[in-house]
Amino acid sequence: MDLLFHIGRYFMLMGEVFSKPERLSIYWKRTVEEMDLLGVKSLGIVSLLSLFMGAVITIQTKTNIDSPLIPQYVVGFTARQSTILEFSPTIISLILAGKVGSTIAAEIGSMRVREQIDALDIMGVNSAGYLILPKIIATALINPFLIVISMFLSIFGGWLAGTLTGIISSSSYIQGVQYDFDSYIVVYALIKTVVFAIVIATVSSYQGYYTSGGTREVGISSTKAVVYSDVVILIMNYLLTQMLLL
Amino acid sequence: MIEVQHLYKSFGTVEVLRDINAKFAKGKVSQIIGKSGSGKSVLAKCIIGLYKPTKGKVLYDGKSFHDMEKDEQRQLRQEIGMLFQSNALFDSLTVLENVLFPLRMFATMSEKEMLERAHFCLKRVKIENSDKKFPAEISGGMQKRVGIARAIAMNPKYLFVDEPNSGLDPQTSIVIDDLIREITDEYNTTTVVITHDMNSVMGIADEIFFINDKQLMWQGTRDQLLKSDNEALNAFIFAGSLMREVRKTIT
Repeated sequence: MDLLFHIGRYFMLMGEVFSKPERLSIYWKRTVEEMDLLGVKSLGIVSLLSLFMGAVITIQTKTNIDSPLIPQYVVGFTARQSTILEFSPTIISLILAGKVGSTIAAEIGSMRVREQIDALDIMGVNSAGYLILPKIIATALINPFLIVISMFLSIFGGWLAGTLTGIISSSSYIQGVQYDFDSYIVVYALIKTVVFAIVIATVSSYQGYYTSGGTREVGISSTKAVVYSDVVILIMNYLLTQMLLL
Repeated sequence: MIEVQHLYKSFGTVEVLRDINAKFAKGKVSQIIGKSGSGKSVLAKCIIGLYKPTKGKVLYDGKSFHDMEKDEQRQLRQEIGMLFQSNALFDSLTVLENVLFPLRMFATMSEKEMLERAHFCLKRVKIENSDKKFPAEISGGMQKRVGIARAIAMNPKYLFVDEPNSGLDPQTSIVIDDLIREITDEYNTTTVVITHDMNSVMGIADEIFFINDKQLMWQGTRDQLLKSDNEALNAFIFAGSLMREVRKTIT
């Protein structure tokens, strides 16, 4: 019953979020600010994770399929497929749910407990739309860029680790990266990314918007935002994979 | 004018307000008083639409707020100014930007005119020199003034003030009270103040509403308040030593 209550209230909140904005120019300005806060400021952690994860994927692939029967380029191929299909869109989104989701829930939750959301409502502002819509648009627009950067850096990290340790030649790795490339997997990854971005922004905003109490409750909302975003991302990942790849 | 008709409010099985009837007149300062936890803030939140009453109506110039469409409610709220107990200023915006906020959201004027209006409001509450500061950089009394400046930015017809003197020293409290009185007279607003500060009541109230034990137990003017023989009201207002002195003087 509790789950149904939250699902119902979540969709009602989304109805409010997507109702007509008061001033488009103000919403757009806020969207650009959110793109900077939620997207550009996540570039550092995304880059670092991608580089090292690509390196680890390459080394582990090489050590696990070290057989004369398997061509060298398979390492590059595996690194590319793992990165594009799963690591960049899903794992990075899970990481972003932690970083961005907690930021969103804490910001909106603090506004709620300090009566700032009430102040917006009293002024006649659609507080749900004003606070949440720019975050949804910002993450849905900026996360695909982050994920594409992550893809390149992860594959580059694999190349770097492979060639620096000498476990694979540069040409074999690049051959593997280019081998049997189907651009649809990038489309699939980007569709997942946009869906996950919307999940992160909406689930976290929901948790923040309905915070009640004080600073302790803001912390609890932030934690819930991360946990529930992760759970929904994992469920959506399964559903989308089944829908788009089978 | 705002009229509350047979208003009830419960949270789950807990009844907070029972059959409240009150009229808040235009151009007057109406003060809702009562002990902490008596339900006066809940009543205010029902009046401004943050809570939906369990039963009863709130009429703004004859129109029932809770029967309006959402858009209509938002339209009406643009005519409401509110000063919150916590001030509820947006902490990532400067003082000037806080006052500009409702103007930028709703006003149909140029940026230059909005700036002029915001500066006028800040000047009106005598805080024009702090316009570039953030709320965290100014005192509680100054934050109250910024809250008032933001509340009057859109020329409100209705002004709600929740515990305006909480956390303020007596001198600053008088300044804020005077400001509420002056703004009510200047803008001819229907002003509703929620307070338990008897100094404020004796200073600026035109009409007083006493909430006790979930009900509106008494209403009247300042003079009637001092002469009232309502036991619960007397226990509340004469709890403070200053008010006991006032009673001695008048008797």
